[in-house]
Amino acid sequence: MDQNIDKLKTTFELLPDWEERYRYIIDLGRKLEPLDDAERNEATLVRGCMSQVWLVADDEDADNKLHFRGDSDAHIVRGLIGVLLMIYSDKTPRQIADTDIQQVFADLNLEQHITMNRRNGLYSMVETIQRHAAARLNASS
Amino acid sequence: MSQVTMPNREDTAAPRPAFDAERAARDFPILAEALPSGKRLVYLDNAATTQKPTAVLEASDAYYRHANANVHRAIHTLSQRATAQYEGARDKLAAFLNAGSRDEIVFTRGTTDGINLVAQCYARPRLAEGDEILVTELEHHSNIVPWQMIAETTGAKIVVVPLGDDGSVSLDDFKAKLSDRTKIAAFAHISNSLGTVLPIADMIAAAHQAGAVTLIDGAQAVAHARVDVQALDADFYVMSSHKLFGPTGFGALYGKRALLEAMPPYQGGGDMIERVSFSGTTYNEIPYKFEAGTPNIAGAAALGAAVDYVEQFDMAEVFAYEHALLARATEAMEAIDGLRIIGTAPGKAGIISFVMDGVHAHDIGTLLDESGIAIRTGHHCAMPVMERFEVPATARVSFALYNTQADVDALIDGLGSIQRIFG
Repeated sequence: MDQNIDKLKTTFELLPDWEERYRYIIDLGRKLEPLDDAERNEATLVRGCMSQVWLVADDEDADNKLHFRGDSDAHIVRGLIGVLLMIYSDKTPRQIADTDIQQVFADLNLEQHITMNRRNGLYSMVETIQRHAAARLNASS
Repeated sequence: MSQVTMPNREDTAAPRPAFDAERAARDFPILAEALPSGKRLVYLDNAATTQKPTAVLEASDAYYRHANANVHRAIHTLSQRATAQYEGARDKLAAFLNAGSRDEIVFTRGTTDGINLVAQCYARPRLAEGDEILVTELEHHSNIVPWQMIAETTGAKIVVVPLGDDGSVSLDDFKAKLSDRTKIAAFAHISNSLGTVLPIADMIAAAHQAGAVTLIDGAQAVAHARVDVQALDADFYVMSSHKLFGPTGFGALYGKRALLEAMPPYQGGGDMIERVSFSGTTYNEIPYKFEAGTPNIAGAAALGAAVDYVEQFDMAEVFAYEHALLARATEAMEAIDGLRIIGTAPGKAGIISFVMDGVHAHDIGTLLDESGIAIRTGHHCAMPVMERFEVPATARVSFALYNTQADVDALIDGLGSIQRIFG
């Protein structure tokens, strides 16, 4: 099991109630690597109805790992992007392809954000990350 | 009582008990359903859709159990029952809206469908380059996009009446945009995003003076204001069943007889024709020429039950109750630091759009959901309104007759927890 995912699970288990859980998620969002204003554009915009989500893929890595940065105008979504990036960023395309994101979110009690409510852009973000990984896998095979 | 007297009319009607929202709430089974979190559902998204009372659910069920057949077509018992329920609903809705005649009620898929019908069948054949379609800045996309489509094909122009800073539409601003080029004025009775009640009677009169035909989007009004299409002198008035405690995917268009009769049919198919041959087809009369194909018969039966449901109440009392609830909620929300209500027009209906400093509407919706409170967040299909008030989105609370002070208290508590989380 991935270290980051383990760490997330342990942290979430220690949070006493939903208010604390969201406070932690919002804090994660505040610690995201920033995006330049120029990086918030049509090309990086992930479609969502209620909040805006941007995702930048930095592909120029030496050790075949993919690096992502993301942002949103909504705090909770930004925090959930933080969760997603802890799971996905700086992983190999194979690791990304092998991650069962639904299960991880279910383990974190956050499944409603990724399964039912696709309109917040988070699910589209997962799809974009998976597409990047798949493209890399195809290119190297 | 042993004495028998001849009752007069007033005595025969059962005395109507005072309106009791908590009692009304018990008519809506979904409101008693426990959420996965175990919390009580506090449903404050009534401008999106209203919940359904048992009477409506039973009418839909009973239709399929005991009357399911096609309407207007067969002579067998079931078809007679189905036709009676379908046409009975038309009578009820005609009375509810005070239409001059039942033929002036066309069943549709809802408000959007009704507007598109008028746009395609009334406006499109009549409008030309230089003509104007007048709308207001607070319209739902459903009352903008169909007109844009007509403007694109006919060369007509969309003219927009601006909003005041409190979200109101002034009669003077409306009159200023009217001209002899205005062929259609289309506007909401009540704004879905702000709750503004428009001065529609005066707007209709002014539009008529300018020679324009009017369409009123009544989606938000039918459950929250008295609608009398004859007193209003509305040319077209559209509504959705699901915002009046009825089923989704159903609604009605009221249109003045002369206008409907002069319009070509909307869609071709069964039931909308009088006679079909390959040399030519003659169409059925109104309203049937606009109701091609097998309609949503169960929907009609259930909408009929919804009309009966609301008519058991003294609606003036219900509206007064909703206004009192709105006033109390508004006062409590205004006391919250950093919370700003968008849309404060005098006499507005039970809708509160708001933003909170440093908190996105999406955050508000997500966190209230944790407390079992259902509200709407986003642009409410009224992007021009968001642009006007320079906000990307708002959170919106909207009331119906089953909402109570306990719901308002839960909302205020929920907003307090958001302040704590972001504090």
